[in-house]
Amino acid sequence: MANLRELSKNPVRITGGHRLCAGCGAGIVTRQTLIAAGDTPVVVINATGCLEVSTTIFPYSAWKSPYFHSAFENAAATCSGVETAYRSLKAQGKIKDDIRFITFGGDGGTYDIGLQSLSGAMERGHRMLYVCYNNEAYMNTGIQRSSATPKGAHTTTAPAGKKRQGKPQNKKDLTQIIAAHNIPYVAQSYVGNWNDFITKVQKALSVDGPSFINILTPCRLGWSYKPEDIMDIARLAVETCIWPSYEVENGVYKINVKPREKKPVTEFLKLQGRFKHLFKPENAYILEEIQKDVDEKWSLLQCRAETGRQA
Amino acid sequence: MIKKVYSKSKLVAKTGNEVIAEALRQIEPDVIAAYPITPATEIVQIFSQFVADGVVKSEYIAVESEHSAISATIAASAAGARAMTSTSSQGLSLMWEMLYIAAGLRLPVIMAEVNRAISAPININADHSDTMGTRDAGWIQIYSENSQEAYDNIIQVTRIAEKAKLPAMVTMDGFITSHCMEVVEVYPDADVKTFVGEYKPERYLLDIKKPYTLGAIDLQDYYFEHRYQLAQAVRDAKDIILDIAGEFERTFGRKYGFYEKYMLDDAEVAIVIIGSTAGNVKAVVKELREKGIKAGLLKIRVYRPFPSEQIAKELAHVKVIAVMDRSDSCSGAFPPIYSDLTASLYSAGVVGPKILSYVYGIGGREFSSEQIVDVYEKLGKVASGAEKPFKGVEYINIRIK
Repeated sequence: MANLRELSKNPVRITGGHRLCAGCGAGIVTRQTLIAAGDTPVVVINATGCLEVSTTIFPYSAWKSPYFHSAFENAAATCSGVETAYRSLKAQGKIKDDIRFITFGGDGGTYDIGLQSLSGAMERGHRMLYVCYNNEAYMNTGIQRSSATPKGAHTTTAPAGKKRQGKPQNKKDLTQIIAAHNIPYVAQSYVGNWNDFITKVQKALSVDGPSFINILTPCRLGWSYKPEDIMDIARLAVETCIWPSYEVENGVYKINVKPREKKPVTEFLKLQGRFKHLFKPENAYILEEIQKDVDEKWSLLQCRAETGRQA
Repeated sequence: MIKKVYSKSKLVAKTGNEVIAEALRQIEPDVIAAYPITPATEIVQIFSQFVADGVVKSEYIAVESEHSAISATIAASAAGARAMTSTSSQGLSLMWEMLYIAAGLRLPVIMAEVNRAISAPININADHSDTMGTRDAGWIQIYSENSQEAYDNIIQVTRIAEKAKLPAMVTMDGFITSHCMEVVEVYPDADVKTFVGEYKPERYLLDIKKPYTLGAIDLQDYYFEHRYQLAQAVRDAKDIILDIAGEFERTFGRKYGFYEKYMLDDAEVAIVIIGSTAGNVKAVVKELREKGIKAGLLKIRVYRPFPSEQIAKELAHVKVIAVMDRSDSCSGAFPPIYSDLTASLYSAGVVGPKILSYVYGIGGREFSSEQIVDVYEKLGKVASGAEKPFKGVEYINIRIK
């Protein structure tokens, strides 16, 4: 459990003045991750994406920690290289510091183009924390669908139109895919609950091996909401069980935030422009399908958490 | 046959892949990340055994693809490690994006490349299509005629890359060199280690007290200058390559330059070639000389940076030149070496020689000594005026209707 008073003393290693949008979740994720790391030296690896282009416009940089970006699909392999160099140089006595390695990638760089690289790095067991700031589409290039985009969402490559109603497919369950790598720590979190996220980052950084956190990160432009609504929207994702907050620690499942009452999915969907078309009467069946899918997956997760093991 | 030139060394029988692995053991980089691919697989296979047996301090990352191999190698280099990889053909093709990034970030990544044809159709034999396709990525490219050169080149290039702050690849011909057992002069471990020294980067990610951002986005206000600096660094690497070659010769006794001349100085007809076939051409030149034909050879060793001015001078007196490319270009014009060479001569005001373009050996197709003789005969006939030079590209030992 993180303590706000203690956390406030930790160094802030990403400065203001970056060019992320007002109401963007990525900056919050980054800042909280680095605050959670406390005084521990970290090297940050970043996949190409919004976070990268908005924080490193040459000759400026918002990063006070060593930061490296090389391409889009290779952030995990890149972190592998840095972490391996660290082990090699440390074993030779050329480096004394105790350093941790944190990779940030969006859902494009993580779920899709970078999945192979991520899977390889997780399987090889490099000690790194991979944080996927998941805003459920390719926002940097202008809101195209990804495999993290939920069913029914409007994106520019799966738009709502006269015949089709946004993305026809369900989102991929990447958290489960990474859990299936049997790494020490995997978690889902969400913007809007600093304590949940920071606690998870601290756990992840403490394990001697790979760790992965998939954090739901609203995007104001892509999801189309008022900037000040970001926290409410992210919390509703958890309260509707669309995006449960849970962790898999050494294979044991635990739901970290249990909603007092499970709200209908429409509570989450109705605040966002990307789902607007679903509220036309003729699209009611899509809302029903989404609700049914969420119910089934929530039951399955509860079942896993009750047995404590992968179902 | 290799003769010993360094008193403390020993002669061993090794394949090209084995001797590259031996060099890597001696250089002992901090990190190697690689993915197996024919015909380069043995290099990392042998090296993995060195790691498993604890004979090197290096860490080996058995990545899941060549894209991750080069990404991890670049990252290890950025982190402050001496980092190397090895690949061939399709593996190099998969690395393409990252080759430009290694150069753009000015990281001295080292690659042992084994030349192989590229798909499609899939083919595992030697030609130079793979590395020629990456010739302008900002990497130093040094081609090897045989295992001895591959061994000597990888030792030298470690120093060259780090001094030039450029990535560098050393290549040898697939199977012909990589799998052929030859006698190689191998220097003592300690002497190789002393020669390559320790890698001391100015800035690196693991230098926690001096944090810096590497891989920033660079727009219209800075990008052009940074890309210019890269192109200039490749030009400036010429002096570094010769300096290191000089030091290498003073240490180990074997002389290297941008290219090797074989009976070229008084030649009337000459072949320009890269890689293992140079050895066959030398044998033919020797025979032709015995018959009184003034044949010569220029074997290019350093292809990037291209020693443009120097080559123009060396060839100015030759009446007819055949440029032998072991890769084709689907440009509708001419293959790579021919294009570089003719542009270099023209730019230097050397317009005397007639220059013919040949493509040979694609996908491992044989290029026999008799066919080399045929090329020299053609050059002779053009030189005497008995025949006209052909236009376009001539393909050797191919079935064309």
